[in-house]
Amino acid sequence: MVDILVDFLLHNMLGQLILTVIKALAILVPLLVMVAYLTYAERKVLGAIQLRRGPNVVGPFGLFQPFADAIKMLMKETIIPSGSSKALFLLAPMLTFALAMVAWAVIPLNDGWAVADINVGVLYLFAISSLGVYGIIIAGWASNSKYPFLGAMRSAAQMVSYEVSMGFVMVTVLVCVGSLNLNDIVTAQTNLWFCVPLFPMFVLFFISTLAETNRSPFDLPEGESEIVAGFFLEYSSLSFGLFFLGEYANMILMSSMTTILFLGGWLAPFGIPTPFWFGPIWFILKVCAILFAFIWIRGTFPRYLYDQLMRMGWKVFLPFSLFYLVLVAGVLMAFGWLPHSA
Amino acid sequence: MIATLAFYLFSAILIASAAMVVTSRNPVHAVLFLILSFFNAAALFLLAGAEFLAMTLVIVYVGAVAVLFLFVVMMLDVNFVQLREGFQRYLPVGATIGVVLLGELVLVTGGWRIAPGSDALRFAPMDATVENTRQIGQMLYTDYILLFQVSGLILLVAMIGAIVLTLRDRRTSRHQNVAAQIARTAADTLVLVDVVRGAGVPADHYLRPKVAEAKPVAPATSHGDHH
Repeated sequence: MVDILVDFLLHNMLGQLILTVIKALAILVPLLVMVAYLTYAERKVLGAIQLRRGPNVVGPFGLFQPFADAIKMLMKETIIPSGSSKALFLLAPMLTFALAMVAWAVIPLNDGWAVADINVGVLYLFAISSLGVYGIIIAGWASNSKYPFLGAMRSAAQMVSYEVSMGFVMVTVLVCVGSLNLNDIVTAQTNLWFCVPLFPMFVLFFISTLAETNRSPFDLPEGESEIVAGFFLEYSSLSFGLFFLGEYANMILMSSMTTILFLGGWLAPFGIPTPFWFGPIWFILKVCAILFAFIWIRGTFPRYLYDQLMRMGWKVFLPFSLFYLVLVAGVLMAFGWLPHSA
Repeated sequence: MIATLAFYLFSAILIASAAMVVTSRNPVHAVLFLILSFFNAAALFLLAGAEFLAMTLVIVYVGAVAVLFLFVVMMLDVNFVQLREGFQRYLPVGATIGVVLLGELVLVTGGWRIAPGSDALRFAPMDATVENTRQIGQMLYTDYILLFQVSGLILLVAMIGAIVLTLRDRRTSRHQNVAAQIARTAADTLVLVDVVRGAGVPADHYLRPKVAEAKPVAPATSHGDHH
């Protein structure tokens, strides 16, 4: 019986399809639960920072709060503004959510544990994250309303600017690894995590991910005190919910990228001997640490001015990452440490 | 079988969306169709086994170039009805130019003779054991490094040209002095006032901005301002 099942799953076209769907669900369902509890963690941590209790009414310690919020959101009425471009208005939240999900196909949670272990994994992640801006831009334009439009404009400029320096940071890591495969990137860090030799790039990458996910202190696209809620001002109910889920899933995705590129993915810190199955737990712990930093920063720093944000992206991050890339390449070349330097 | 089906699917969407780019009335929709066609082109690259090119196409064209297109088109508010106004009047001239260009193209491509050995070169250039990212790198940065550098230089010149053309006059535009802003401290701008408990705060005793020193103002701008 088991043999027949295994044979069906591995050697039949339909079986392969079913197997892929199961793999995708095995990533996406825990991801969505994590998104739900990330919103809870954010409110609890912010509460602690501001000497409040945070959500504590629904369930023990308020643990069921995310589900109460989800039900509330589903029950609300979907409002589509009459002046909006309807198809695009509905497309935008779906696009944001779908993009936040498809990127997870290449994330390896353990050695070889990725839905798709492709050779250009880093490029795939970079491509998907650079598409995130479309959900926001389309939402802002389709709403046919001035504050969403301003938010979309800000977001477009901001995300394009920070992508450039993010790209250079990734190239620096790739120069040290000699492969675009995410699995290879993690295994290259077995002896030393890249956050040590490339510490400045680690900091730069972290700040860029804040800008890329539109998180505080770079949350200008939604800037509630200036442009109300920015690009998702006109959205309600589930369409708003999809933006919300997408934003938090993107936060987790960016944290995973940071973990893979700089913090050694599933590898145990200081080479602590742990069984193979413990890898994903290390991975999730590292991701949680970065997510905590995301929330910590939100509770600590005031929002940047728009011109400061742009100046930092183009006049500080870009030249510095370029310089550091050349430096790293030069050092690797000079000491003969280049991978595959045959 | 599936690959063939996928090829026809992606090609069909590619052609349809490319046609929509030209024909759609709303410029924003046109750009979005352009993005869709970029995606399908990337999918075709993937089917051909060129995953590096596919990803680069998405990153460069969809992730950066098309975002700027969209940005500009949204800001400009192009009115296509106005642009089409003289359509009938200009049709004969446009059609004539089109026919002439088509004729030239036919003449050029009709007389194009393919070198005898080129097919063999085109169909067997790849070493299947090396991934195509590495092959492209080898080609660009080792075999054709000089051409690569020259194209980089041309782009640099174009970039400098664009900056020279758009750089505004610095005297008439307003600029921030970042160093001065950062060097500013609370002591420079705020007066701290001790408040006696229970006595209330007199109207002029709040924590308030210092009165800025009067700066010499150009006569043209201070006209009519007598406070």
